[in-house]
Amino acid sequence: MRYLPLLWAGLFRRKTRTVLTLLSIVVAFLLFGMLQAVQTAFESGADAADAKRLLTTARYSIIEPLPMAHLKVIERVPGVVGVASADWFGAKYQNESNAFPVFAVDPARYLDMYPEFTIDPAQREAFAKTRTGAVAGQRLVDRYGWRVGQKLPLASEIHARTDGSLNWEFDLVGVIDAEDPAVRGNTDVVLINVAHFDEARQLGRGKTGWYVARIADSGQAKAISTEIDRLFANSPDETKTAPEKEFAVGFAKQIGDIGAVVTRILIAVFFTILILTGNTMAQSVRERIPELAILKTLGFSDARVTALVLAEAVLLLGLGAVLGMAAAAALLPAVNGSTGGRFPPLFVTDITWILAAALALLVALAVGLPPALRARRLRIVDALAGR
Amino acid sequence: MTSRTLHQITQITLINLRSLPQRLGTSLVIVVGIAGVVGVLVSVLAMAEGFQHTLASTGRPGRVIMLRAGSDAELSSGVDRDQATLLAALPAVARGDGGRPLASAELVVMVDLPRKGESHPNNVPFRGVQTAAFAIRDELRLVEGRAFRRGVREVVVGRKAAQQFAGLEVGSRIAFRDSDWTVVGIFTTGGDVHESEIWADAEVAMSAFRRTGYQSVTATLADGSEAGLAALVTTIKRDPRLSINVLREPEYYAKQAGVLSRLITVLGYTVAAFMAVGATFGALNCMYSAIASRQVEIATLRAIGFGGAPVVVSVLIEALLLALLGGAVGGALAYVYCDGASLSTLNFNTFSQVAFDFRVTPALLARGLAWALLIGAAGGLLPAIRAARLPVTVALRV
Repeated sequence: MRYLPLLWAGLFRRKTRTVLTLLSIVVAFLLFGMLQAVQTAFESGADAADAKRLLTTARYSIIEPLPMAHLKVIERVPGVVGVASADWFGAKYQNESNAFPVFAVDPARYLDMYPEFTIDPAQREAFAKTRTGAVAGQRLVDRYGWRVGQKLPLASEIHARTDGSLNWEFDLVGVIDAEDPAVRGNTDVVLINVAHFDEARQLGRGKTGWYVARIADSGQAKAISTEIDRLFANSPDETKTAPEKEFAVGFAKQIGDIGAVVTRILIAVFFTILILTGNTMAQSVRERIPELAILKTLGFSDARVTALVLAEAVLLLGLGAVLGMAAAAALLPAVNGSTGGRFPPLFVTDITWILAAALALLVALAVGLPPALRARRLRIVDALAGR
Repeated sequence: MTSRTLHQITQITLINLRSLPQRLGTSLVIVVGIAGVVGVLVSVLAMAEGFQHTLASTGRPGRVIMLRAGSDAELSSGVDRDQATLLAALPAVARGDGGRPLASAELVVMVDLPRKGESHPNNVPFRGVQTAAFAIRDELRLVEGRAFRRGVREVVVGRKAAQQFAGLEVGSRIAFRDSDWTVVGIFTTGGDVHESEIWADAEVAMSAFRRTGYQSVTATLADGSEAGLAALVTTIKRDPRLSINVLREPEYYAKQAGVLSRLITVLGYTVAAFMAVGATFGALNCMYSAIASRQVEIATLRAIGFGGAPVVVSVLIEALLLALLGGAVGGALAYVYCDGASLSTLNFNTFSQVAFDFRVTPALLARGLAWALLIGAAGGLLPAIRAARLPVTVALRV
């Protein structure tokens, strides 16, 4: 630590140059933080997934409906603690198709499946009791300025009412939210009470989209999934059951390899930073050759001079990384505010911080080693003579 | 500007450029930095461009797609058999050989297929079509094999679907539901959305997937003008048995591009903007050190009578030339690595896979170069002004 003033003085010997280099590094790590957050958001479905939840869909295509009667059968499978059905409403809000997902569910059963969702007990009670009831995620409520107690008009692209109209109206009786930011994206939905919905729809009565089951022991997930599918094998409505995580991963995979895209962009960014910082460090050491020679004259060993130059690079990258990541962490809430429920929440995870630290160290070594070795090889007489 | 100033600018610029090799390291920073920005910008936008192009090139204005009123996509639409028959018989629909209507009632289901070399299932659209579909979509060509026979479990596969997903070669068998299908042909439709699909006979598909109705009816208009369309819409509106929404095909497919292409474009510009800021700092750095290393030289020029403006302009020109070089390198890299590369993704609007190619268009390359010049100008201006402002006496006393 006692060398810190010396390092600092060395770094800021040419203020403009160092500040500009530092700013480029800050921008690079800012991008790193944000892009990692995007990647995490796409994979957060998988992280937020509960290993004790299984999803059951129609075997051949997730858009095929399943009979509601499956519920009682799944419920009796040993190891299953609870089951809930959910159906896709296909909402159109303010003329925007799929503005947000709307699921028709049995209130109590469905909320039991997601203990990580928070809801006021009185509102939960109201949701279960109101046949036309609906609850919405906090982020959606904020985005559209809804109030609990208001009517929520939703058009469906799929389900007509018995009178042929596609326009539905529900009573917003509650708000759901979650503490964990990774889970919060899952609350960007509107849940409607299936009781009224199923009775009032023209077609598809008695059918549902998929089932969510909770199991007692996550180690049994595979066995229970197989058992559920076996029960419906060779029936007209065969099923496919898998842990929630597998579904989430599969969905992210459908979108494509987000990770590969992000990695390629980041390679371009950090290659640039490598060249930029490498050049600055080399220049700075070249200019200070006489000074380094004086240090050696004063008795600094070769190793110590090498370490000093290397430490300068580490300090520069470390400073840039911390500032950049802090900027990313500070900016993301604003980004989330403006996308409000259209896109899963973005946030910087601990793993991203660790990766950033490793990356900073790696770049520091790559740009610091060549000039550090040059400083090590320096012979005092030659350096002082300007040879 | 006098010819004298012009002459001075040329002279100083030439001196600058000739000394470039001595400053290779720092100059490289500008070139690499800007190449990075332009490369990323162009390749990400090429992705959005390719996706948009695929959807925009689907359909012809003379054709319409009819969906249930209130539905914006085939997946959420439903048209029952009676309605489909009524729609095909409407006088506003064109007739083909033998006076048969050019209308095809179609059902679309999603089938699960893994990408090549992967195991996760993807929602691949499987379209059951009526015979007229081939006469209506005259852009369709079989490039391999033959068409499916009616009443048999045979499919033809779009070229892009065959490229992206496993097990879709001619002759191979695919199992969906309790049915085995044989791939008998590969078709192309000029790179549009249908190339990501699998086609089969509507009747066979309907029984295999246990459907009772269709999703849409696609038809050629007898009269492709606005009046022809209006006539069709009016007849449908007047018929109480029909609750149908009519859209010209290009209008329908353009809508499908919305969310995803906006998302990719925003992502591309955001990332490129941040990178551009970083590259500007790099360019500033580089130009400052360039003029610092030539301080004495510039001051000497000023002392022997060269003006301040020529110095500013010459430094700027150097920055712009380096930026242009960087932009060209970035654009070229994007072109070499991305242009024509195929990928497929889930279109949120249709919940099904769309395969498309990256398209690096001249307009995109031009946009990349414009960004490069902008960064070059931003990075060159301040150092240029400093170079011209430095008092000669101070600069010479090094």
